[in-house]
Order: sequence, then structure tokens, then C-alpha cells
Amino acid sequence: MATQHSRSAARLMMAPAVTLLLGWMLVPLAMTLYFSFKKYLPLRGGDLGWVGFENYVRFVTSSAFWPSIQTTLVIVGGVLVITTVLGVALALLLDQPMWGQGPVRILVIAPFFVMPTVSALVWKNMFMDPNYGLLADLWRAFGAEPVQWLSQASVPSIIMIVAWQWLPFATLILLTAIQSLDSEQLEAAEMDGAPSPKRFWYIILPHLGRAISVVILIQTIFLLGIFAEIFVTTGGAFGTKTLTYLIYQRVLESQNVGLGSAGGVYAIILANILAIFLMRIVGKNLDN
Amino acid sequence: MGRIVLEKVVKRFGQAEVIPPLDLTIEDGEFTVFVGPSGCGKSTLLRLIAGLEDVSSGRIVIDGTDATELAPAKRGLAMVFQSYALYPHMTVRRNIAFPMKMAGMDQAEQDRRIAKAAEALNLTDYLDRKPGQLSGGQRQRVAIGRAIVREPQAFLFDEPLSNLDAALRVGMRLEISELHKRLNTTMIYVTHDQVEAMTMADKIVVLRAGHIEQVGSPLDLYRTPRNLFVAGFIGSPRMNFIDGAEAAKHGAHTIGIRPEHMEVSSTSGLWKGRVGVAEHLGSDTFIHVHDTGLAETMTIRVDGEVDLHHGDTVYMTPREEMLHRFDAQGLRMAEVGVPA
Amino acid sequence: MARSVTTRRKAFNTAVAWAIGLLIFFPILWTILTSFKTEAQAIADPPVFLFFDWTLENYGVVMERSNYAKFLWNSIAIAGGSTLLGVLIAVPAAWSMAFVPSKRTKDILMWMLSTKMLPAVGVLYPIYLVFIKLGLLDTKFGLIVVLMLINLPIIVWMLYTYFREIPGEILEAARMDGAGLKEEIIHVLTPMALPGIASTVLLNLILAWNEAFWTLNLTAAQAAPLTAFIASYSSPEGLFFAKLSAASTMAIAPILILGWFSQKQLVRGLTFGAVK
Repeated sequence: MATQHSRSAARLMMAPAVTLLLGWMLVPLAMTLYFSFKKYLPLRGGDLGWVGFENYVRFVTSSAFWPSIQTTLVIVGGVLVITTVLGVALALLLDQPMWGQGPVRILVIAPFFVMPTVSALVWKNMFMDPNYGLLADLWRAFGAEPVQWLSQASVPSIIMIVAWQWLPFATLILLTAIQSLDSEQLEAAEMDGAPSPKRFWYIILPHLGRAISVVILIQTIFLLGIFAEIFVTTGGAFGTKTLTYLIYQRVLESQNVGLGSAGGVYAIILANILAIFLMRIVGKNLDN
Repeated sequence: MGRIVLEKVVKRFGQAEVIPPLDLTIEDGEFTVFVGPSGCGKSTLLRLIAGLEDVSSGRIVIDGTDATELAPAKRGLAMVFQSYALYPHMTVRRNIAFPMKMAGMDQAEQDRRIAKAAEALNLTDYLDRKPGQLSGGQRQRVAIGRAIVREPQAFLFDEPLSNLDAALRVGMRLEISELHKRLNTTMIYVTHDQVEAMTMADKIVVLRAGHIEQVGSPLDLYRTPRNLFVAGFIGSPRMNFIDGAEAAKHGAHTIGIRPEHMEVSSTSGLWKGRVGVAEHLGSDTFIHVHDTGLAETMTIRVDGEVDLHHGDTVYMTPREEMLHRFDAQGLRMAEVGVPA
Repeated sequence: MARSVTTRRKAFNTAVAWAIGLLIFFPILWTILTSFKTEAQAIADPPVFLFFDWTLENYGVVMERSNYAKFLWNSIAIAGGSTLLGVLIAVPAAWSMAFVPSKRTKDILMWMLSTKMLPAVGVLYPIYLVFIKLGLLDTKFGLIVVLMLINLPIIVWMLYTYFREIPGEILEAARMDGAGLKEEIIHVLTPMALPGIASTVLLNLILAWNEAFWTLNLTAAQAAPLTAFIASYSSPEGLFFAKLSAASTMAIAPILILGWFSQKQLVRGLTFGAVK
């Protein structure tokens, strides 16, 4: 359905979105690259000249670098695994016949509405506080010593908070996908003598492939940038410094823009590696 | 008026040439049907005329003006789509009014034309409903109503009946034919159904792979198909084709005989075979015959009821004057004494 | 499935689903309950659930401490403005991709999504400088633009998936009927895609409302939205669980209420248009 006229109209109408995003990508990227080759300390003399790759070398050789990469991957991976697995289970449960399916669905998706700063503060204080938190009360009720969640089990705690926020999203996408499965397929499998675990494994799960890809793609995009959850809870202490947070500290806390920018370039590279990797897997699945 | 001329029209999608250079003239007031198997380019051709696709080269002249570069709406054409393409959020009235509203026609004239169209199409009681509340046939009529209020130079129909069930299809076929008789406006109608083509057309254009195989009146095509493809495509049940020695007897590479042009007997005849399936329709009977040694299956059509069943031996005799002869290229051969 | 399920089975499903649903919802419920307690009751061990002296005192204290109305208005303006602007820019782009697809359409879409993978923190300082240069720091307009840009790929993607469900023939019919591009989009496409657009708008309101990196780093006193309002509670001063709960409730209530009233569109929106 394309005439020359509609094709040129299409290009014109796409132009604002493409131009804006291109600018949004290129301008800061160019500036980040520029600063990354400079010694630039806004509060201590400002622009102190070109330093070549010094910032890059310093950033990677800093003792915080590799742990931060590891923390990033552990948090992102942990949240993805938890939300996908629990999401599938919850979606299967919510797909069963029951009373009050609508209200239950609202209860389950509610955490998605909660802003990250609120959810981090609520979890940190009212649940994970070692003295007054609800979890401490619970532990004491069973005669156990309350856990110092955000210092002794900091990474799992953050994974838990973030997973709580994203579980609704995964559940909802997977539930929608399950509901779109043709029930005749399941009935045919039942006639063929497949017991329910096998029906799940051979029919439901493959059907969910596309939905799972979407969950992983979108969550990864958002999870790579998680900030408030760490800012509010541990402030990057106790091994919770992700790459994002490390760069944030370099730029804003140490006011070393050059070093932070070099870190930014690394983060961009990491994001792009993940992006290419994801697009490869997911892009294929998105073609329909 | 609505005379449409295509001159050397070519359409390419990338490398693929879907319409090779094609010339065609559609006379004013003519009901022309483009027919052919799916993928033959008939819809593409219609969309080129409509202006929904650009021609790669060539000219389209509508009513004496070069319309090749004109926007669809400026060509004075109205189109009825396969899916009806009604605006689901508008009432029937607003659907029909839409093209007039776009043209900035004054309200009184709009109302007059809507009332007239609704009356003609039996839609008066449904004007305030949404398309979702209508049956398939009613939706079809709304689509036609939306087309006629514009009083176009020509109507374009893109397989408009393919989404209707069999009974409705016959009814709508008649309605469209009557509409044409009443309005006397040029209509171009695309279908893959040769029955629709035969029953509705003044002129049939048979297309295959973008090529025009033959242009002519329904009876022209039936009586003197130009080649094997047209012979096989037009007519139902399909023409029987016989190659080899039997054809050679008539000095042809292939001979064809329509099922209705054979005499059948259980005692004697030219060709012998065994009945596979006999389809008893009451008004006539289709007999599918195997083991003739001539072709895989031969089909015979006999008026009324015949007492033949699976396994019976049957004899067939073609009516000599109804034999079609084709050469090795599949082209029709001149009849004896008459040029093709 | 046309099959009757035993009542016992259904009761069991219901019990399990409600238990899990309440468990997931519990932190929110607990926060709302705590906001009506006194500070002493808020940290009582064993905890009190419903039988406490309900009080509105915490809300009063929170209101006194900071100008809630101003933060709320900033949140509404920023989330609403960025969503509106984003949709206005995304509708034409999504129209192009859905109805005049080319070989590069998929690539452009993927590229747009990939801009979301650029770590915000990597470009924070440049954006900060640009904002100072343009005088956008701590202005609502600046944040509207930034949040529009970070959500634009999602908006385009969602609208694209919704638009693709609309049969192209209807738009062609409009073209035959004499509608120009503008009329085609205003009179035909937009009304038909309204549920999808509503879902997109809702999801983006939530994403913008909850965005907590740029809103925290590019605002100070003037343009700070509710994310900043709540962040000021991150350093505790004495007993503050009840006040924190009151502030939290006030920050999330508008979105919870909006979500409650538009469940259907929201549920559809939350799937990002990616799954039908």
C-alpha cells in the first residue's frame, strides 16, 4: 500500500521522532566522549587539559570496577530469573478458574504503580530495619536473631525489592500470553494423552516464548538503569555498587567528570553488548 | 465520462515485475471483470487504477485526463474493498457521509444523497447503527452506499463478495448487476470466481502472472478461448483436455471438450470408462469418469437425473463441432475453414 | 474451555490466588495502615494491624513539613506534559512504521529501543551542562522534554503495535474518500486506535510519574516532583515510620487511584502492546 507520495509522507512524519532521538543519543554521547579524554574536576580547577586514555585506564584498574560489573550482572540476572519463573507460576495460577479474578489481578499488579523511591524507603525501613522492621518482628517471633538485611544480605535484599516491583509486569504479560493460547490445542494434547506437566512443557511454555522474550527485553532495559533503589537503601555500600552507581559516585560525589565520563563510555559499551545480544535473541522472536 | 485507458502500464516491486507492459481500454459504462487465479496481479492492477499504488512506468488515462500522478481521491473513482473497510467508530450515516464531508459538500445535499442511497440499498432503518451491529450483507451495502454517494466516474470492486456466505453472495451479485444497469456507470470488478465473472461482466479480462490472457465478452471466452489457460479457467465444471494420439486424430496437440458437450450412454459411444463419482444435483448430474485411457479423469455434465453409479461402465461421445483444438504452445488452432 | 470445574477445585484456586495476591499487595497495604498510626504503634512488636487508634496526625505533619500541593502539581505537569508531547510526536512516526513499512522499519524500531539502553548516568553530566546552558535546570519544561525523550521509544513501539492491528484497507478507503493525511489520522486512525492510545498514555503517565533518576538529579526547589518529595524522607530523624507512610501514601495515591479507575486500558498498557 505504498505510493511514492505516502512513502515521502512517511519519512516526513518519522523525522521528528528520529531526529529527537538521534540528538538525544548523539549530543550527550559526543560530550561524554569529549570529557572522558580530559582531566575535568568542576570544583577543583575545572578543565585541566587532555589526558588521553588515562581516565579509561584509571576507571578499569580501580578496585571497584570489576565488582561493580559483577554486581550489575547479578542484580539484573537475579531479578530476571525471579520475575520470569515466579511470573510464569503466577500467570498459570491466575489463569485458573476462581472467584474474584479481577480484584486479585489488581492486587498483583499494584506494586508496579509504586514509585521506586517509595518502594525502596518502605522496604528499607518498615520491613528490613533490623530493630523495628516487620521482618525483624517475624524473626523474633520464631526466636531467631533478626537479619541485618541491607548490610549482611545486601544484594539479595535489593534483588528482592526490585523483583517485587517488576513481578507484576512479568505476570501480566505472561498471563495475557497464556490467555491467548488456543484452548483447542490443550484439549488436543489432552486427547493425545499428555499429562498436565507435559502439556505445560510441550505446549504452554513454547507458546510463552515470545512473551518471555518481551519480559526479558523490557526488564533488562529498565533494570540496567536502576538507581533509586540503591541510592535510597545502601547508597552503594555493602557490595551493592552497580556500574551505574559507581559512575554516579565518580561524577557527583567525587566530582571527577573525566573519570565518570570514561565510566559512562564503558557503561554504554556494556549496554550495547547486552543490547546486541538481546536484539539477536529477542528480535527474532518479535517477528511475527 | 468513465473511460479508462491503460497504456504500457508496468508495476515492479523491487526486482520482481508483477505487471509487465499492459494495455487495456475500459469503455464508459462497461462492467469489466478482472478474473484470474490468486497472485495473477488482478488486485494490483485495480490498485494501480485506484492510485493506491504507483505505476512503475506507463500511463493511466481516466476520462481523457492523464491520472497517472493524481492522488487516489482526485481520480473520481470509488472503491469497495474486500473487507468493506467501513469506519467502525462511525454510524452508517457518517460512514456514507464521509467522502462528501471530505469534499466539503453542503449538509443539505449530503442528507439528500444519503437518503437516496439508503433507500436504494435498503439501509434506511440502519443509518444510526455502527458497522459492528450489521450483518455481512448490510455492511457490504453500506460500503456500496459510501461509493455511490460520490457519483464517481467509475466504481472499483476488489473481491467484494468473498467474505459473504454462498446464499448472500448470489443475492449481492444480482444487486450489484442491477445497480450497474440503473446507474450505467463504469465498473471494474476483481474476482477469482469465474462464475461471478461470467454472470456479471460485459467484458472479462483474464489475467495470469500479470499478463492479459484474453479480453472478451463472457460468451466469447466460453466459445472461443484463446488458449488452454482461458479454456480451463472459464466454465464450470472445467473443460476436459486430452493429449496424445486422440488429439492427433484431430490434427492437434491437445483437444478440449466441455463436460456439457458430451453425450453419455451405458451401451455404446466413442470413449469408454468407469464411473468414479456421480454428483447428483437434481437439475443436472456431474459424472467423473476414470480409466478412459485419455486423461486422469473426464467430467461429463448431463441434464437431469441419470442412473449411473460408482463402478458402472459408461460410454461418452463428444459433440464434434464443440471440440476445441490447441497446438503445442497451448494456443487455439483455427477451426477447419474458419480462422481462429 | 467449556468444561465445568468442581467447586472444591475452584475454592482451592481462589484461596491460593488471594493469599498470594494479598502477600504481594501487603507492603502497600501495610504502608497505608501505618500512615494512620501513631509513631509508637507503627513500631510496636508484635505489630498491630487494624485495632489501633486511627489518626490523621501524620498527614498534618507531612503537609506542614513540605508543600505537598506544589510537588503534586509538578508531578502532574511533568508526567502529563511529557506523555502528551511524546504521543504527539510518536503518532505520526508510528503511523509511518505501521502503514508504510520499509525494510528498515524493524531496524529503526530496534534502534529506538536501544537508545533506552544508554545508561542515564553515563550522560548525566553532559545533560546537566546543557541544562545549565539553556537555563532548563530545575524547570518543569526541561524535565518534560527529558522524560518525553526517554519514554518516546516505548510510546512509538506501543502505538506501532496497536496501529498494526488496524487493517490498512480502512485507511486506503479514507484515502479514496478524499481524506488527506491529516484527516486520515484525525478522523479515522486516531478514533480507531483510541483504546490503544489510552493504554499507551496510562503506562507512560506511570513511568513518568515514577521516574526517579532525572527527576532527582535535574531539579531543586522549583520543579521537584513527588519523587523528590519522598526522597527527602530517606534520612531518618527519630521515630518516623508513620510519617514516612503518610508521605508515601500521598505520593503513590494519585497513580493507584488512576490505575483503579482504568484497569482495562492499564492492563493492556502494562503489556507494552507487545502481547495480545
